[in-house]
Amino acid sequence: MTDTAHAPLLAAHGLAFARNEEPVFGPLDFAVDAGEALLVQGGNGVGKTTLLRVLAGLLRADAGQVLVQGKPASPELRARAVAYLGHLPALKGELTVLENLRFLCGLHGRREGQQIEAALEITGMAGYEDAPARQLSAGQKKRVTLARLWLSPAPLWLLDEPYANLDLDGINLVNRMISAHLRDGGAALVTTHGAYAAPPVRTRMLLLGGQA
Amino acid sequence: MSAAPGLRQSARALLLRDLRLVWRRRGDALQPALFALLVVVMFALAMGGGREILRDHVAPYAIWVAVLLAGLLSLDSLFRGDAEDGSLEQWLLAPLPLPWLVAVRTFGHWLTTTVPLLLVVPVLGEFLYLPRAQLPVLMLTLLLGTPILSLLGAVVAALTVGLKRSGILVALLALPLYVPVLVFGAGSVAAAAQGLDPTGALLLMGAGLVASAVLAPLAAAAAIRIAQG
Repeated sequence: MTDTAHAPLLAAHGLAFARNEEPVFGPLDFAVDAGEALLVQGGNGVGKTTLLRVLAGLLRADAGQVLVQGKPASPELRARAVAYLGHLPALKGELTVLENLRFLCGLHGRREGQQIEAALEITGMAGYEDAPARQLSAGQKKRVTLARLWLSPAPLWLLDEPYANLDLDGINLVNRMISAHLRDGGAALVTTHGAYAAPPVRTRMLLLGGQA
Repeated sequence: MSAAPGLRQSARALLLRDLRLVWRRRGDALQPALFALLVVVMFALAMGGGREILRDHVAPYAIWVAVLLAGLLSLDSLFRGDAEDGSLEQWLLAPLPLPWLVAVRTFGHWLTTTVPLLLVVPVLGEFLYLPRAQLPVLMLTLLLGTPILSLLGAVVAALTVGLKRSGILVALLALPLYVPVLVFGAGSVAAAAQGLDPTGALLLMGAGLVASAVLAPLAAAAAIRIAQG
C-alpha cells in the first residue's frame, strides 16, 4: 500500500471480523485515496458484504481500526463521509420515486447544486417520478438508489454489488457515475464477483480469500 | 460542501413520509380503532346490558384495556417495515442522532394509530353508558397514557425487530411494562368518579411521560443498533 503525504479518505489497519468465533475476514490492511476506487473481489460468502457493513459502521469489527480522513471513525464522521448502497433498496413501495428520494435527501442531506429531477435524468429514470416504487422492477429500483447515491453529499461511496440486477446500459451508468465521482475528489469501494467490467479509473484490488 | 440535514428538517421529512404512507394504506389505519370498537361492543353484549354495572364498574376500565390492546396490535409494525426494506440501515448511516429518528418515528406512529383511536373513545363511552362527566378525565388520562405506551412499546419493538417473526414475544415483553400505566390511567378515572381528586395520579403519569420520552428513544436506538448488527 502506498503512503501519501495527506491522509487517505479511508484506511483500515488490521481489520478483522468474526462471527461466532469463526473468522469471516481479516486481518486486512488497505487504504483508499480520494480519486481512487477499491475493487473488493471474491466469491460468494467470503465476507465482501460484511466488510462493507463493518466499514459503514453497521457492524462492529473485532479487531483493528478504521480511519476516515485520517481520524478514527466516529459515528458522526462516518455519517458525513460515507454513503452506503446495500442489497436492500430502502424504498417504500407505496410512495412515488420522487417522494422516496425527497425523504432520503431529508435524512442524508443533498449535495449542493444537485436536484432530484436531474439525478433521475442521469440514472435514466426520468419520467418515473410519480410512479409508486412498488411498480418498479429490481433494476429500476437499483437505478433509483443510484440516484440517491448521486445526491448524497458523502465523498466515500461503499457500493455492495452495484452491478446486480442492471442491464449493460446500467453497468455503464455505474461506471460513469463512479468515474465522475472520483474526478470530483471522491472515492469508492466496490464489491463484485469479478465478472463485470471495472470502472475505467485508478483502481486497487482487494481479493478476499476463500478460507471462510 | 454539503447542506447537512437539520433535526427539524429530518423530522419533517420523516413525519411527512409516515403520514403519506398511512394515507396510501388508509384501510389498515382504521384497524386499531375498529378493534377497540369490537372489544367494547363485545363487552357490552357479554355483560347483557346491565346498565348500572357497566356504568359504575366496567366502562372506564374496558375502554382503557381496549385502547391498550389495540395499541399492542399495531406495535409490531413500528420498525418492522423499515427493517425489512433497508430503511433502518439508512437511518443508522444518516448524519442524525438515531434516538431522534426513533422518537420522531414513534410520535408519527402514535399520531397515526392512536389518535384515530382516541377520536372514537367518546363513542365507546356511549356504548358502555360512561357518565359524560367522566369523559374529560378519561380523555386526559388516555392523552397522557397512550404516548407512554407507544414509547415503551418502541423499546420492545426495537428489541424484537431483529427476529423474523416476533408475534407473541412483543405482547409478552410489553404487557408487564404496560401494567403501571394501565393502573394509574384507569385508577385516576375511578378516583374521579368517586369524587376524589385525580391530580396526583395525573401528575405521576405526566412525569412518566416525560421520563419515557427522554429515555425510551435512547433505549430503542441502542436496541436497533444491536438488531441491525
